[in-house]
Amino acid sequence: MKARIKITLKNGVLDPQGKAIEHALSSLGFSGVNEVRQGKYIEVDLADGDAANARETVEKMCKDLLANTVIENYDIEIAS
Amino acid sequence: MIRSAVIVFPGSNCDRDVKVALEAITGFPARMVWHGESEIPACDLIVLPGGFSYGDYLRCGAMAAHSPIMRDVVAKAKAGTPLLGICNGFQILLETGLLPGALMRNASLRFICRDAFLRCETKDTFFTRCNRVGEVLRMPVAHHDGNYFADEDTLDRLEEDGRVVFRYCDADGAVTEAANPNGSQRNIAGITDSTGRILGLMPHPERLFEPQLGGTDGRRIFESAVVSIAEAMVG
Repeated sequence: MKARIKITLKNGVLDPQGKAIEHALSSLGFSGVNEVRQGKYIEVDLADGDAANARETVEKMCKDLLANTVIENYDIEIAS
Repeated sequence: MIRSAVIVFPGSNCDRDVKVALEAITGFPARMVWHGESEIPACDLIVLPGGFSYGDYLRCGAMAAHSPIMRDVVAKAKAGTPLLGICNGFQILLETGLLPGALMRNASLRFICRDAFLRCETKDTFFTRCNRVGEVLRMPVAHHDGNYFADEDTLDRLEEDGRVVFRYCDADGAVTEAANPNGSQRNIAGITDSTGRILGLMPHPERLFEPQLGGTDGRRIFESAVVSIAEAMVG
């Protein structure tokens, strides 16, 4: 069972890397970009076949290590 | 006898500089403790040095915060052992939750390696009692992720409690946006816990502790620690 985790900066936290990407896109001629926010994507392959258990485990992984909840949000998707 | 310990992580690179500074200023050998150890021998001061622990993987300091030795670092700090985190050490202190906030990528996105000016905001800490409030210190910074962030409530609380220890300033001590090298909120360069015994800062005091190194502005942080330790011994 796979967990797909998206880690993004919280609203209100400045994202200088996102800003730099935004500038690069506009210098490449892509118009109409309002804003760019960048983040991380992590895949965890779990031995546990139970989706509810897996979600609970990954939730704890996010809080303990994968995300810094001072500045980041996380979103977990469990896929079989 | 002053017993100090420097925690060494894979990727630490200021550990020996800290050891040299500690030994010169305390007059006693400093013990190097590998991150894989489970216990630090009894000591009067623990330092988490700068560097790139675990290659800055995931987030700066995130992996080191979960190193085996950190359980004992946290336990000892909570029991009152003074703890100093410099640069990557500051990042690790935030990742362990011993200090509030986070250090993000510099606003310029560039690695900054130069001297910065700091204003000392309080001498009511274990590490700044030999400094003067308002004193301007010149100290090297060398980091990619030194942009201090905390939510407004946390920042207000830090200010109210006098826990902002150093702010980036210009040579005259004015705290301005232009003097802020990395985008840190409220120009914060260093903070302490509520007891004043845990200090985290981005600049490197160990790189400027004797004239041969180009200055002595970093020295009083260690001297303050020595005075504090001596005072505690006398009781």
